Amino acid sequence: MSRFEIVKWSKHIGSLVVVAICSSLWGASDTDWELEPMKPDLRDKDSLQRGLGLYVNFCLGCHSLQYRRYERTAKDLGDIPKDLMLENVIFTGQPIGDYMKSSMSKEDAKNWFGVAPPDLTMVTRVRSPKWVYNFLKAFYMDDTRPFGVNNKVFPSVGMPHVLLPIQGIPEENCFGYEAVDLLELEAILREKKLEGILTRTDREAEVEPLDRVEGREPNCPELRTIPESGLYTVEQFDQAAYDLANFLHYMGDPSREIRMSMGGYVIGFLVILTIFAYFLKREYWKDVPKSPPRVRTEHTSEL
Amino acid sequence: MSESLENRGFVARSMTWINERFPWTPTMEKHASKYYAPKNFNVWYVFGVLAFVVLIIQLVTGLFLTMNYVPTAEGAFGSIEYAMHEVDLGWLIRYAHSTGASAFFVVIYLHMFRGFAYGSYRKPRELIWLIGMGIYLVLMAEGFFGYLLPWGNMSYWGAQVIVSLVGAVPIVGANLAEWVRGDFVLSGITLNRFFALHVFALPGVLVVLVFVHMVALHHVGSNNPDGIEIKDKKDEKGVPLDGIPFHPYYTVHDFFAVMVFLILFCAVMFFAPEMFGYFIEKPNFEIANPIATPDHIAPVWYYTPFYAMLRAVTFPLFGLDAKFWGLVVMAGAILIPVALPWLDKSPVKSIRYKGRISKFMLGMLVVSFIVLGYLGTIPPSGFGTATAQIATLVYFSYFLLMPWYTQREKTKPVPERVTGGH
Repeated sequence: MSRFEIVKWSKHIGSLVVVAICSSLWGASDTDWELEPMKPDLRDKDSLQRGLGLYVNFCLGCHSLQYRRYERTAKDLGDIPKDLMLENVIFTGQPIGDYMKSSMSKEDAKNWFGVAPPDLTMVTRVRSPKWVYNFLKAFYMDDTRPFGVNNKVFPSVGMPHVLLPIQGIPEENCFGYEAVDLLELEAILREKKLEGILTRTDREAEVEPLDRVEGREPNCPELRTIPESGLYTVEQFDQAAYDLANFLHYMGDPSREIRMSMGGYVIGFLVILTIFAYFLKREYWKDVPKSPPRVRTEHTSEL
Repeated sequence: MSESLENRGFVARSMTWINERFPWTPTMEKHASKYYAPKNFNVWYVFGVLAFVVLIIQLVTGLFLTMNYVPTAEGAFGSIEYAMHEVDLGWLIRYAHSTGASAFFVVIYLHMFRGFAYGSYRKPRELIWLIGMGIYLVLMAEGFFGYLLPWGNMSYWGAQVIVSLVGAVPIVGANLAEWVRGDFVLSGITLNRFFALHVFALPGVLVVLVFVHMVALHHVGSNNPDGIEIKDKKDEKGVPLDGIPFHPYYTVHDFFAVMVFLILFCAVMFFAPEMFGYFIEKPNFEIANPIATPDHIAPVWYYTPFYAMLRAVTFPLFGLDAKFWGLVVMAGAILIPVALPWLDKSPVKSIRYKGRISKFMLGMLVVSFIVLGYLGTIPPSGFGTATAQIATLVYFSYFLLMPWYTQREKTKPVPERVTGGH
């Protein structure tokens, strides 16, 4: 390899490293945090409306929905009257026909957060509604982070926990195994197995009990909220996270509902037409004399 | 003359008026009502018509997409999302076009397989085959250029990877890649030229080639599953004994086939337009970002067999790096069917009468193509690369060993007249 080639290759490698660093900053890396199931329901207009309310109150300050107008959203979410929208949803003084944009400038955002908060119109299509739901529930206190919070689903996320006032203070629930006696642990496991309530933590402990017992790493498989620290109860907050994820699911593909219903009619029409097409074909082909059937013979001709 | 004209109906008089000035009736007779097609076509013979239907879908939906599309790096992504969110039925047009792109390749691959199986490339249809290969190449280019236009993150990085392949050409590679991009990096300038190629140049070439493909076909007549020439046996009027007029027999037949196809097409378009990430990938709902790659870059499914072959070459040769040889193998794999008319030395055309080795090799070709297609969608791994290398060899051996095995094997006697069919 000539010197010139080495220089050339080092440039390539350099650019790869830059790309790798950038993509890790972007938080593309996945975690093994187990996602709870979440089934969006676009017919639940109440949930979608609550989601809209939460979104404009907590999210829209930073995250635009720049590909969607307020008016269309109001219409789709059960014909919300214009004056209600202007009073309770549109805080920026924009007309109802305007796009749902954040009023924060990109430059300011970059200065404050390091990266401009992404537009979330299609977030559920890039990720999934389930991901959004779990992400919202996965914030926890972490002093090592600039905003004092971290996220299990999106580690080192660059945003503060804006839903903290309603959720309350979420903490990691850690199980250190240093103090646990091996025999005692085994006994607990056996008992739980018998009762059929083996939890995720126990399963992990079962796989590598020695690691856990020697306390090689703290194990924090759960999050819990300090009781009475937020406006909502745990159930209410779960519902809020669901409503937001459901709303964003609607936002990602507003044509979904009409697509499904229109698709049914179109295919129904085509099926009927196909039946007629089949009989038309059969009618015409009646006059075509049939060919002799295929004869299956052995391979004979030697060449 | 004028007296008898007066006595006839308005339509008949109009037709005479037109035919005196334009060969309308003779053309219709030549290509439809007196174009004799073999009566034993099976289901494999509908994909040509279906490809034509998809071409129309793509041209019409493409036209409407262009009306809303802004071909700039700043505006492209937003303009498509605007169409999806705000334009009445914009989503329908866009999904029809994206589903159409995949449907195009589904029907073209099946259409080509039909040609492989029944020897449709053999004399006297070599030119139909070559023109068809031309259509296939243009279609691949068309798909590639079109894929960049939504300016999503996978669009961007997919195009980045493929354009960088050009850079693997020795000596002029870097300059060549720059010339293709029109910039030092993939940028709005690249988007502009891809747009021009996608909506203007290549569709024009495609339509002309399709026209020429059909002119050549109607000149020599269709092959059939038995691989025998129906023109060899004619009645006293010169009509092939085993031929039936294309119109009305095959027009009603194909109308039925098109309806069945449209049901499947609409099922995907209305209920699963993303096709679980195979027709539209998740990262493409995010705007192109030159500093953040998607987790795993893979081309759309219809290129993955060739992409897997590109990645299967992992060793340098003659002082040129593996990437270049991968490019050579990929280009070779795409182009090698061009040589089929001259590689096939069998005395029979159709797989029905060819020997066991031909049947086995054709089966292996299909298996290797599907395996490669799958491997191209997943991230590279040691086992995957080894499998891709074997599958690449299998793919090429179908073509390169063909002169040998088609002469060596025992064939079956070919019938005098066509068999089977409806």
